[in-house]
Amino acid sequence: MAKTVSFTLNGNKVSVETDGTRMLAYVLRSDLGLTGTKIGCGEGLCGACTVLLDGEAVRSCSTPLESVAGRSVLTIEGLERNGALHPVQQAFLSHSAYQCGFCTPGMILGACALLKKTPHPDRRQVAEALEGNLCRCGTHVRILAAVQEAAGKGGAL
Amino acid sequence: MKRLDFLKATGSLGLFIVFPVFPAFQEPEKIPARLAGYPKDVNAYLKISPDGRVGCFVGKVEMGQGNMTALSMLAAEELDVPLERVDILMGDTDLCPWDGGTWGSLSVWQFGPVLRGAAAEARAILVQMAAERLGVVAARLQVKDGVVSVVGDASRHVSYGELVEGRRIERHLQDVKVKSVTQFTLVGKDAPRMDGRLKVTGAAKYSADIVPPGTLHACLLRPPAHGAMLLSVDVAEAEKVAGVKVIQNGDLTAVLHARPDVAREALSRVKAQYQPSPSTLDDRTIFEHLLKAAPPAKELVAKGSIPIGEARSEHSLEATYLNSYVAHAPLEPHTAVAEWEKGRLTVWASTQAPFPLRGQLAQALGLSPKEVRVITPFLGGGFGGKGIAPQALEAARLARLAGYPVQVAWSRKEEFFLDTFRPAALVKIRSGLDKGGRIAFWEHHVYCAGEAEAETVYDIPHQRILSSGGWMGGNPPGLHPFGIGPWRAPAANTNVYARESHMDALAAKAGMDPLAFRLKHLKNPRMIAVLHAVEKAFGWTPKPAPSGRGVGVACADHRDTLVAAMAEVAVDKKSGEVKVKRVVLAQDMGVVVNPDGARQQMEGCITMGLGYALSEEVRFKDGKVLDQNFDTYRIPRFSQVPEIQTIFIENPSLPAQGGGEPAIVVMGALIANAIHDALGVQMLQLPMTPERVRKALHP
Repeated sequence: MAKTVSFTLNGNKVSVETDGTRMLAYVLRSDLGLTGTKIGCGEGLCGACTVLLDGEAVRSCSTPLESVAGRSVLTIEGLERNGALHPVQQAFLSHSAYQCGFCTPGMILGACALLKKTPHPDRRQVAEALEGNLCRCGTHVRILAAVQEAAGKGGAL
Repeated sequence: MKRLDFLKATGSLGLFIVFPVFPAFQEPEKIPARLAGYPKDVNAYLKISPDGRVGCFVGKVEMGQGNMTALSMLAAEELDVPLERVDILMGDTDLCPWDGGTWGSLSVWQFGPVLRGAAAEARAILVQMAAERLGVVAARLQVKDGVVSVVGDASRHVSYGELVEGRRIERHLQDVKVKSVTQFTLVGKDAPRMDGRLKVTGAAKYSADIVPPGTLHACLLRPPAHGAMLLSVDVAEAEKVAGVKVIQNGDLTAVLHARPDVAREALSRVKAQYQPSPSTLDDRTIFEHLLKAAPPAKELVAKGSIPIGEARSEHSLEATYLNSYVAHAPLEPHTAVAEWEKGRLTVWASTQAPFPLRGQLAQALGLSPKEVRVITPFLGGGFGGKGIAPQALEAARLARLAGYPVQVAWSRKEEFFLDTFRPAALVKIRSGLDKGGRIAFWEHHVYCAGEAEAETVYDIPHQRILSSGGWMGGNPPGLHPFGIGPWRAPAANTNVYARESHMDALAAKAGMDPLAFRLKHLKNPRMIAVLHAVEKAFGWTPKPAPSGRGVGVACADHRDTLVAAMAEVAVDKKSGEVKVKRVVLAQDMGVVVNPDGARQQMEGCITMGLGYALSEEVRFKDGKVLDQNFDTYRIPRFSQVPEIQTIFIENPSLPAQGGGEPAIVVMGALIANAIHDALGVQMLQLPMTPERVRKALHP
């Protein structure tokens, strides 16, 4: 049933009038036109749709819109500050820690959530945190290095 | 000594240059005629703007492999402009020159020389124009950063932008030379990827991100099993969803809505009845079926005499190596958006082959190719699976029927159902060792994979290599219960797994260290050099397997890119779990255009290869694909990733070869051999799941 759901998206208040049981990923992409969030599996099994909900990494393809009412959502589009890349984005860039790029927004946001909780993770902690984020191109070793480098440069949000 | 440049050498595909022939001085040589099909006009590839930026047009697609950057580097190199000044546009059939498709590691190896030739010709024309403008002979001119100036009098100069003023280059020059390796200033140095900023900011567009105004998202009814026939369909409940449009036309039943998730939910309300699939095959019975049903063998190699080799053998060894169906599983499912405007069709599609797709769409829809434009945004991975793009025709048909633009984005379940899998395959190898511990004969018969790398890299006097059927087609109907197709380094993964596993079994039989046994049978100095390079970096200590250490070696010649790798594994004997701790891989790919880009491909091959080696297989039964998402179909994850070291063999005497595929072909045997070294058991089936490892230990 259509209802109005209001939340903070990338720092701005938004209201969406739609069925509140729809999943956030589709609302972000289709209703709000933010296509940086990717859909790879539709069932929360690949991590491509990862966004931050009040700073925690969630699978937006499995997060009902109504559950984010009054909360704060951050997508890849909201990570830059005044045109400057976030340290995690910068580290992914400098390590070429991507190939096709389809998993990249979810990886970066997953890494941001990790660094918020664990500012200086070791390789194993990064691997554990991103275990559910799939990359088919095999850029894992670079992502591990990029996240650790970002940690050293204050990559926490 | 033959003078070389990589254009000429690549133009004659069979030319083999012996390592390490590196001429001290290389003369540039003429550009040969462009490969058949590619336009001759330089304007097809390059447009120079008044501000001096270079537009580079390429019919290939960027699916993660980094060809966008490598090809831009080649154009910038020959034109003498900074890489930052090149804007590359790829995979648009209206704006880019024809191309046959993006696969087979061909972008740099085969298309690279075409683009270099065009850029070199453009540079020569620009220099000629500058000579006329400045009133000096061309020989007195130099080019730096897109500015032509007089040697010794740099105040007399003119830029490319000023010369062309945004117009076409209305000249043609023949016999233009490309640069020699020693003249390179960009090629051979690490360059940052040109797609980086777009990809880390989420601004990169993929097909699903293209939504023309009024777009409807279509979800199509699919059968529950391959071969299941639709008996009846009831769309009444779906039609009740507000805003839904149902289209039934021929074999299509689709539910459309302005929101993709609403369309998907409405599709679940369509009731359909099917006659079950006649297929009775499953992932266990498939191998017996393939052996029986495979087409007749084609003889690829017949050298010496197998009976003579057999007579000279002290020991013989026979084994059959199996591999399962494997999915491409790109993170981006097949997607297309179709829009009709005044009878002309534009399709944005995740396809590896925009030009062939244009032809297929035109044919299927009764249009001329000129009435179809295919645009290829970024692809979220391909790996061979997006060589075909049936979703594009689905979108085009539905858009015509609906009267609106239509997007078709396959769900993950559809992706697993409609994928053209890497075929399940068998390789039977028979071989013998003479009393000196040399291989006396070798018979390799591959069923259902294909011919690539069925031939051995080793020096064996008596050989017979046979191939029955493969991914390319020509198979009897019903051989496979679903679609099959090329999967990154098609056929080679299967053949190399079998050959290199068998080499280890023979080495063990001969009581020899597996590296020493390989070297004993190699003549190719390049392959020997690659093996020695990896030996040194890995710190290989010779010991016959099984040594209990869990180390393995494998090597391959993938279309003149030579690869050798070593790995160390730890096996939990109780659970059968295999952990790959370290992989060192050395590669001789001739000239390396963008070393960091090539490393990314090598690392990607190693990591992706872990999947088909250890965990990936498509389970199926009675036409149903049982793996429908990433919960049961396990692609490599962070916890499985080993320490990886990659090494290039410097070989500037060989033109740039392909780099997107070679390193993956060794992964099956590499890990199988390391397991063999750890446990003393041969792993005769991929993937080497914990269950299969336990079974090998306790048969």
